[in-house]
Amino acid sequence: RDSPIDLYCYCGNSALHNKITSESLYRELWSIKVVDICPNLNVVFFCFAGVNCNSVEKKIYVNLNYTIPCVRLLNATHQIGCQSSLSGDVGVLHVLESEENLDWVLSSGQTPPYMVILESALFTRYSDLKQSIMMKLKEGSSRVAGVVVVAPSTNPPEGFSPHHACPNENSGVYSDSYDPALAHCNATLWNPLGSGLSYEEFDFPIFSLKEDNDTQVIRQCYQEHNRGGNGSNPQYPLCAMQLFSHMSAVTDTATCMRRNDINFSLSPEMVCDPLGDYNVWAATRPLNTTTKGHKMFESVVIAAARLDSRSFFFDVAPGAESAATGFIALLAAAHALRNVTQAAQPNRTILYTFFQGETFDYIGSSRMVYEMMNNQSVVDLDNIHSVLEVGQVGLRPDSKLWLHSDPVSRRNDSVNQELVENLRLAAGTTGVLVDEPSTSQPLPPSSFQRFLRARPIPGVVIENHDSRFSNRYYESMFDNAEYLNVTYPPNLTPEEQFEQPLEIAKALTEVATTVARALYVQAGGSESQLDSINADPQIVSQMLYGFLVRSNNSWFQQVVPSELASHLGESQSSEPTLLVQYLLANLTGSVVNVTQEDCQKQREHEKDEDSNYMWVQGAANGTVRESFCVRSTVHLSKALSPAFDLREYTSQDYSTWTESRWKSIKGRIFLVASPDLEKLTLGVGVGVLLASLFLTYIISSKADILFSSGREPATATY
Amino acid sequence: MTAAVFFGCTFIAFGPAIALFLFTIAREPLRVIFLIAGAFFWLVSLLLSSLVWFISVQISNKESAAQQKGLLIFGVVLSVLLQETFRFAYYKLLKKANEGLLTLSQEETMPISIRQLAYVSGLGFGFMSGAFSVVNILADSVGPGTVGIHGDSQHYFLSSAFMTMAIILLHMFWGVVFFDACEKQRWWAVAAVVISHLVVSCLTFQNPEYVASLVPTYVIMFLMGVWAFYSAGGSLRNLKLCLTCKDKDFLLANHRAR
Repeated sequence: RDSPIDLYCYCGNSALHNKITSESLYRELWSIKVVDICPNLNVVFFCFAGVNCNSVEKKIYVNLNYTIPCVRLLNATHQIGCQSSLSGDVGVLHVLESEENLDWVLSSGQTPPYMVILESALFTRYSDLKQSIMMKLKEGSSRVAGVVVVAPSTNPPEGFSPHHACPNENSGVYSDSYDPALAHCNATLWNPLGSGLSYEEFDFPIFSLKEDNDTQVIRQCYQEHNRGGNGSNPQYPLCAMQLFSHMSAVTDTATCMRRNDINFSLSPEMVCDPLGDYNVWAATRPLNTTTKGHKMFESVVIAAARLDSRSFFFDVAPGAESAATGFIALLAAAHALRNVTQAAQPNRTILYTFFQGETFDYIGSSRMVYEMMNNQSVVDLDNIHSVLEVGQVGLRPDSKLWLHSDPVSRRNDSVNQELVENLRLAAGTTGVLVDEPSTSQPLPPSSFQRFLRARPIPGVVIENHDSRFSNRYYESMFDNAEYLNVTYPPNLTPEEQFEQPLEIAKALTEVATTVARALYVQAGGSESQLDSINADPQIVSQMLYGFLVRSNNSWFQQVVPSELASHLGESQSSEPTLLVQYLLANLTGSVVNVTQEDCQKQREHEKDEDSNYMWVQGAANGTVRESFCVRSTVHLSKALSPAFDLREYTSQDYSTWTESRWKSIKGRIFLVASPDLEKLTLGVGVGVLLASLFLTYIISSKADILFSSGREPATATY
Repeated sequence: MTAAVFFGCTFIAFGPAIALFLFTIAREPLRVIFLIAGAFFWLVSLLLSSLVWFISVQISNKESAAQQKGLLIFGVVLSVLLQETFRFAYYKLLKKANEGLLTLSQEETMPISIRQLAYVSGLGFGFMSGAFSVVNILADSVGPGTVGIHGDSQHYFLSSAFMTMAIILLHMFWGVVFFDACEKQRWWAVAAVVISHLVVSCLTFQNPEYVASLVPTYVIMFLMGVWAFYSAGGSLRNLKLCLTCKDKDFLLANHRAR
């Protein structure tokens, strides 16, 4: 694979980063170290660096360690995101301190293009996208080489959402044919703070940097070189920055998928990948997975939540409120229902589903519905009794749970009423305040809309907002643990933080208990059992810590297999799918006493097709771990848009989002010399060359006179 | 910096060497062969000194700055001595080769004089050492940045190029003086060459005070040039004749002598 190997650059680290991923969607990352040889001796004796004989490159460039780019995504009609040129974009640094300063970048500065360092407040603070600094920079992009956003330590108080104001506007159920009055958020604008910044296309690179040493070096370099005294123009050499984030794909998904198929070379070059990952599902009763399609006498209640979120920058998708509250509540509910569904099995099966890629036009749910319609799933749409979706349910004091349902299906029949009644009943036993929004209000953006698109299935989406989102940071980097108040006293060790009970967890546990009890009644369980269904606040606290703060904790270590354990990090995991899979297995399944070999071959006594066996690490006992086998009904199913199976890259019905590939993402700062000095160097060089050609010609033509001593006639042959 | 700097520095460093090669060496195959052989001998000396360097760095204490500096000085001195040893070895080899060539050739005189050999081999040494000292730097000069983010002088590229030019020319002069001294068995002159080589190499320790290293180097280069001019058979009288263009009788005289 091609990579920048520089013949003379001994001390260069060329890492080839090739990523196929998106925000929190599936991720494969491999980085191959190509060159890392650093001989201390080039020619010592001519080494100009004097005693510190380092590579010249180190004297010129400071590489940035922590860079997060904005990358290019494509759909059926558009490309969004950012990119640099193939050889990186270079611009003179300009730290933008206030909006008035923008004039220097866009018109009055003498040395364009500029690399704009944006304090986070200037990135987030605007009332109208058209007036925002980012859009002004986009319009003046001939003078802008790139933008670096310094990530803040605190969230902007006025709220910020770079997402659409009407999320998944064209892929939900409401359309010109279903109910024109409700389509395109005509009735309710769900995310009024949403500016759509994430869906703009920029033809310069935009990076995010953490507030650390790198930003210190940048600021210092700017102060020393780029600030002319008393408003005068700064003098060369100027401090500059180069950003590399070249994207291979252009135009739209149809174009890049066509280019993926062109094989000019032996190793085909992919230019883009469809966004996709896996949905996680589990049932309270083992479902026969070998036969697909309709199951006789089977009736399932689907309990759904979503797993993904995104932000403006690549791989930064905390989604604390938008995704994590929902799936953590559902996981806790599934755990609360484990014993009661085994002891007193209700008539209907509860199917827990966790959808991936919902941010990008409902990838996961549209795939599951598509499979159910085409008999590729374990159940089909006729088997579905009802759907209960858990949306954003981070409750604040004195806030209520809102039970959203579809006004169109309510008009047709009254099946929804049963689910709402059950939820009200469950809430009555737990003390959570529930309410219904006005009857004319459509469903909020939710996976359930994809089921409705196929068939009028009864269903309810529970949220913490009545009409517009109460989440002020929807699909942004600020929708994080801090926003949910998942914060800890500073003097605690990670393990103490993990055990610390949280205030928010209490409210979330009540929600989980409500969901669990409603599901049980909805599945046909008896009301007398409800008091024994209780979610565990301890587990909810620990999941909040594990999913939002630090995935490498003692509990997560125990419930995952050893291959995955090494991927658990010091921060939030960017790939929750597998973690949710193993947690769900441990929360709903049971430990069975079989050997590792049998467990990995998926059998207990004989081959068991319907259950899923997982060999997990177990608790650490000294240096050895007491591994064990978990039997559960947890399965993964593909979350890839059907548009890619059908090869309909301009599909109106299914998500067509793809992500461009790239070769390297890096940034470096350095000084640039004045053009005058460069011209002088070239002039002196040409002068030296011409002078020596002239002199040598004269001397060599007169050599026989110059060097004739008479003693040695042989020299005369010059 | 940019391509302009790359070409500027390349022309400064190698301009004189390229001009000399084009006008005095390229036309005669035998000289080209001896030039490349000279470059090869310099390379072998570099290989040996880098081997010694590699081993000594491995066994040294990497934390101690004083030890590392001492090691660097040791490396420089060793490398200079090795280069001069190989220059002597090349001289011995050429003497033998010249005798062999004489027996092979049908002509009575040698096809190439020892003075010409001195000049050609000196330039070979210069070419190779110049290449090794500046190619690293030239490769980095193409990029967008220039030296200085850590507070170094931004004239790094320019002064490196001038230093390389001086080194190439000095090697040529040293070659002429050294071979002449060996021919005449004037060992003090050989010693002078080695010492001046050591001095020039150690002057680079003055960097990044580029003036402090470049000015003495160019002074030494000028003196060595004058010495080499005399060793190669030049004289003030010849120079005067040449400059005043009163050379016609000599041309005729030379022709008659042949």
